Amino acid sequence: MATATETLDPTPDLNTSGTPSRSIATRIAGRLGQGTVQVILIVIAVFWLVPVFGLLISSLRPDTANSSSGWWTALTAPSQLTLENYANLLGESTITSSLINTVLISVPATVLVVLIGALAAYALAWIDFPGRDWVMIGVVGLLVVPIQIALIPIAKFYGATGLFGTITGVVLFHVAFGLPFAVFLLRNYFSGIPRDLLEAARMDGGTEWSIFRRVVLPIGLPAIASLSIFQFLWVWNDLLVALVFADPDSQPITIALRGQLRQFGSNIDILASGSFISIIIPLIVFFSFQRYFVQGVLAGSTK
Amino acid sequence: MAAIAIEHLGKTYADGTRAVTDLNLDIMDGEFLVLVGPSGCGKTTALRMIAGLEEISEGTIRIGDREVNNVPARDRDVAMVFQSYALYPHLTVHENIGFGLTLRKMKKPDIDKRVREVAEILELTDHLDRKPRQLSGGQRQRVAMGRAIVREPQAFLMDEPLSNLDAKLRVQMRAQIARIQRDLGVTTTYVTHDQTEAMTLGDRVAVMRGGLLQQVGPPQTLYEQPANLFVAGFIGSPGMNLISTTLTVDGGKTTFGIGDTTLEVPESVLHQRPALRNYAGKQVAVGIRPEDMEDAEIVGDEPGATLTSVADLVEAMGSDVMVHFPVQAEAVLTEEQKQLVDETGAAVAGTSGTVLVGRFSPRTRVYVGQPIKVRIDTARLHFFDLQTGKSVWD
Repeated sequence: MATATETLDPTPDLNTSGTPSRSIATRIAGRLGQGTVQVILIVIAVFWLVPVFGLLISSLRPDTANSSSGWWTALTAPSQLTLENYANLLGESTITSSLINTVLISVPATVLVVLIGALAAYALAWIDFPGRDWVMIGVVGLLVVPIQIALIPIAKFYGATGLFGTITGVVLFHVAFGLPFAVFLLRNYFSGIPRDLLEAARMDGGTEWSIFRRVVLPIGLPAIASLSIFQFLWVWNDLLVALVFADPDSQPITIALRGQLRQFGSNIDILASGSFISIIIPLIVFFSFQRYFVQGVLAGSTK
Repeated sequence: MAAIAIEHLGKTYADGTRAVTDLNLDIMDGEFLVLVGPSGCGKTTALRMIAGLEEISEGTIRIGDREVNNVPARDRDVAMVFQSYALYPHLTVHENIGFGLTLRKMKKPDIDKRVREVAEILELTDHLDRKPRQLSGGQRQRVAMGRAIVREPQAFLMDEPLSNLDAKLRVQMRAQIARIQRDLGVTTTYVTHDQTEAMTLGDRVAVMRGGLLQQVGPPQTLYEQPANLFVAGFIGSPGMNLISTTLTVDGGKTTFGIGDTTLEVPESVLHQRPALRNYAGKQVAVGIRPEDMEDAEIVGDEPGATLTSVADLVEAMGSDVMVHFPVQAEAVLTEEQKQLVDETGAAVAGTSGTVLVGRFSPRTRVYVGQPIKVRIDTARLHFFDLQTGKSVWD
């Protein structure tokens, strides 16, 4: 029986088995459809990128050139481009120190949220404990609490505890308000991991901690990567929380740039180059994590 | 290696569903025991309780000398092969097989040595650096086996490990599992719903239904002496023909009728089943295995052991020929057959008749619509009480 199956294996030949071939008109329409989509996508991309590109050129032009002509003139006269604005900006101590502050706020606020969120999500997804579902309902409830309503009570609390105006205070606030989303996202992802996989690890001698570290975390990497990017960008770009809780010594770049605006009025040179400095690090973060956005990480584990 | 003793094991889920009731099983050291039954019969739940993945509601489980009721899965020293294989997708074959050893903090060179030995047995050496998604179904199955073997556990637990493979590969892997188990001599509990797998693999087979153990014994015993109607219908393919009829004792002869034909119960059967005499004049279920029927043209007919009918369907299998033919008798349907009838509506010929299946020699020349004479090996008849469903012995 076995050999018969092998020799008679009726693998259908897709090229000759007469699958209904699409008419030329259908194919042309299909191509046109694809082309239209591509054109629309390109138009949208250009629409978004032109101002960014303009900002980049402006950041490379001297203040006098910016105030007398449009950025596009640099395309025909590239000699006016200079790194002077960046040199001036990085020479400004408030900008450099606030850049450092931003890193000191963003990195811990991201790492803590991911770490605590992942541990909580694992427990909520896979460990049976009394009241688990209520905790999850609570987490979902916290998702809809706007941070604005917490600003005053927490400012008072920080004032009483000495956290006001410190980087720690800003970080703690971001962690607290980042966690509900982190727990929600990771818990949903973790609970999609096949139960068999965790049970196999348990049979193999795994403790909860080793199962979390060696099975759940690596498999959850795509979700953790997206969460890290979301959280990092959110904290990096934050203005509101920093405005309330940071003082001049702990202020991040968003506040420092805003300060420049008020001091000089027209100062496109500083604003443009400052914006570019402030998006470089998020871009690095994005590109270093985006390779984990790979679908089908679980492929092959079961069946 | 260790024996597994299961005493009065029961499982009730939080919603009140009873999955297993009063299960008693002694799995001997080095034995290959197969738990078989239809889906929902409690076999997987029983296996998961042995594994420690399911809490025990009642009773005890001992592995070796140790009662393991409250021992967590990781400390029971048993390995499990899952139906889905449950391979770690982010690890290579080498890391998958060695995972249990890594968790036990074994030294890397030792892990590598053991993993390579196991990979050699399972012919996985060339694939050690691949990820599970780069493997075929059969290779994944072998990695799952390797993960269990490499730990040298007290016992193997296997939960339908072959059900995701195609038919041909399943036969190959079945043989491989049997060979490995025999070579390693590890106590193995194997769950399947496939009675062929159960019969071919098990030193002993335990048949379960509705959470209750129906019968446990060597495959041939289950086949030849089924304890009840359920086991009779479940073991064997095609299943045993079961007919409801009345036993008549006239002088020294014990007979029963199928349609117009009267069949005689031989003295040897009455000797084996003394209790059968108590059923004189009563309804009883008669069981005839398809292979206990033959074309009378080949073996010759004999009064009191030959049925006449018309061939309704002839299936040539090569090695033998399945002949379906209707008789005027009431069928006894097991639960599974009832389900099958509900689904296909094909197995019963009218309300007062039933279709019997005989496994004839390939030399038969029977064709559809032809009147046939079927010789029955009456010495191998089975009898069951219609009320209790139990086999009639003494």
